Amino acid sequence: MRFIFKTDYAQDINLAKHGGHVGWYGALICALILSPWLLDDYWLAQLTLILIYSIVGLGLMLLAGFTGQFSLGHAAFLGIGAYTQAVAINAGLPLIVALVGAMAFAALIGVIVAIPALRVRGVFLGMATLALGIILEEAFARWESVTGGNAGLFVQSPTLFGFEINEATPYYFLCLILTILVTLGVANLLRSPTGRAFVAIRDSEISAQSMGIPLARYKTLAFAISAALTGLGGALYAHKIQFLTPEQFGIIQSIDLLLLIVIGGLGSIHGAFLGAIFLITMPQIISIGKDYLAAGIGESPGLSAMVYGVVLVLFVLFEPLGLYGRWLKVRAYIQLFPLYRRGMFERQKSFQKSERLK
Amino acid sequence: MELLQLLVSGIAQGCVYGLIALGFVLIYKATETVTFAQGDLMMLGAFGGFIAMSAMGLPFWAAAIATVIVMTLLGVGLERVVIRPILGQPAFSIIMLTIGVAYVLRGAITMIPVIGTETHPLDAPYAGQVIEVAGLVLAAEQVVVILVTAVLCGVLTLLFRHSKLGIAMQASAQNQLAAYYMGIPVRRINGLIWGLAAAVATVAGLLIAPITFVHANMGFIGLKAFPAAVVGGFTSLPGAIVGGLIIGITESVAGFYLEEGFKDIAPYVVVLLMLAVRPNGLFGERMRKKV
Repeated sequence: MRFIFKTDYAQDINLAKHGGHVGWYGALICALILSPWLLDDYWLAQLTLILIYSIVGLGLMLLAGFTGQFSLGHAAFLGIGAYTQAVAINAGLPLIVALVGAMAFAALIGVIVAIPALRVRGVFLGMATLALGIILEEAFARWESVTGGNAGLFVQSPTLFGFEINEATPYYFLCLILTILVTLGVANLLRSPTGRAFVAIRDSEISAQSMGIPLARYKTLAFAISAALTGLGGALYAHKIQFLTPEQFGIIQSIDLLLLIVIGGLGSIHGAFLGAIFLITMPQIISIGKDYLAAGIGESPGLSAMVYGVVLVLFVLFEPLGLYGRWLKVRAYIQLFPLYRRGMFERQKSFQKSERLK
Repeated sequence: MELLQLLVSGIAQGCVYGLIALGFVLIYKATETVTFAQGDLMMLGAFGGFIAMSAMGLPFWAAAIATVIVMTLLGVGLERVVIRPILGQPAFSIIMLTIGVAYVLRGAITMIPVIGTETHPLDAPYAGQVIEVAGLVLAAEQVVVILVTAVLCGVLTLLFRHSKLGIAMQASAQNQLAAYYMGIPVRRINGLIWGLAAAVATVAGLLIAPITFVHANMGFIGLKAFPAAVVGGFTSLPGAIVGGLIIGITESVAGFYLEEGFKDIAPYVVVLLMLAVRPNGLFGERMRKKV
């Protein structure tokens, strides 16, 4: 068990709270840097996808986990990022300009989405974002002159400083650098007044308002930042997949993204990463597990839906803070070793309170 | 005449949406949670009817009654096993939980060999008949949908407004703790309401199965019932039907007069407009918290 003796205010706002953080995250980054030489092509591609989904997860986490605004149509922002990137790259724009453009355009749409979001909350916000998600998916399919419609759209490989990034390793490093930048940015945002305002809005809109936080501005900001990050993720996704079709950005993808943040752990940055790992590795685990099941069950197309559903239900029932919450418990158990008590993280039973009047 | 025919087919489709929306409203009204499993409960109900008719050889009406009873029990069981343990958690947890339940239901149906992956017709005795009224052509399936929806909506409204049970449900929705202190068995009420919602979903499934056929993805029609419930205000049973009608009519008119593609997004455009203009819907209650 580590006790931190605070002698300086800077210790409260430091991102690395103690030497252990520096050591472990340093080791993680070293492992990530070395992984192109340690992993084979297939797993490197999976790792790249995990990084991309982590960026998207961070975007949605900021909105849903930290600001409390649940979006059921977030895949639309992913789609906007991806299509903007594809169109910009195919038109011959440089990679950085295209990425910034994808982020900016997604953020713009995010601000437009925020307008109805200011009037509704909770479940109704979910409905509004769901509706927008479906409308945008239809727009991707119908605006054929730009998006290629249901026939799909090829994405050319990007060039950066004159080098064409068409191989797995350089692209992996591009994603890694952007993921680290985004993670640091989000962590930094959350310790700033803006981030504190987001969390205050999540916990109670009325008390946040009473503390002088302008709800409209901060909710719009949360939507804009979240959409920008998701758009960035979408832009990277476009290059990874190289072929865009509208159904990749539909309601199923939106629910997958929610699955990511809920299973990873709502309201934690780690959760976005753990959720991304879950989302990407789960299909592999299912396909490995298939071999051990009876042929009739293993080959059934419903198996993965069933597994996802069961995992989601179990997490909501038993581990509301997701994988990260589970890790916190394990860590507490190790740190306290013989002194851990079973009821330490017991959820308090309560009756439901109306959220219509939050 | 053309417009009238469009209206009639819109109304029939709208009644289907309204019927599913009734389930959303029931659960929201009584427990303040939103369920995403309603569409898949409906799918399960339709499959139940199909299996009862084809595998057990029951006639349509007997199969329908048996399915509704079984599904009601399933709804009660669902509440007992997965919803009750997280009573009092934020509404979003329950939404995710019902999404999980929907996945499980859809996966479970698809895993049934042969039956689950194919599309089946459901032979209702009235299927295929056509009724002509003053030049309008109506399929009997649609007429049945409209009639049953009207009756069901009426009965449920009376239940909520005048019976002891309905008033207890409303009370427990507003404040479960206070309702519990007043002697209302909140848990049993919640169980009942899930059973009732599952029964309504089954009725919807059995009614639309002759029109859309029975298949594992028919639950996605539930996504179009959300706009219906929101337009109606989410807390009003007749509102759900009116919302359904508005969505259905907009859809059929948009499908005829506008370009292809607008038919599918028309319900969502309507719901966005409604949320921007009147967030509480047409018949919703307006509440404010005062500090």
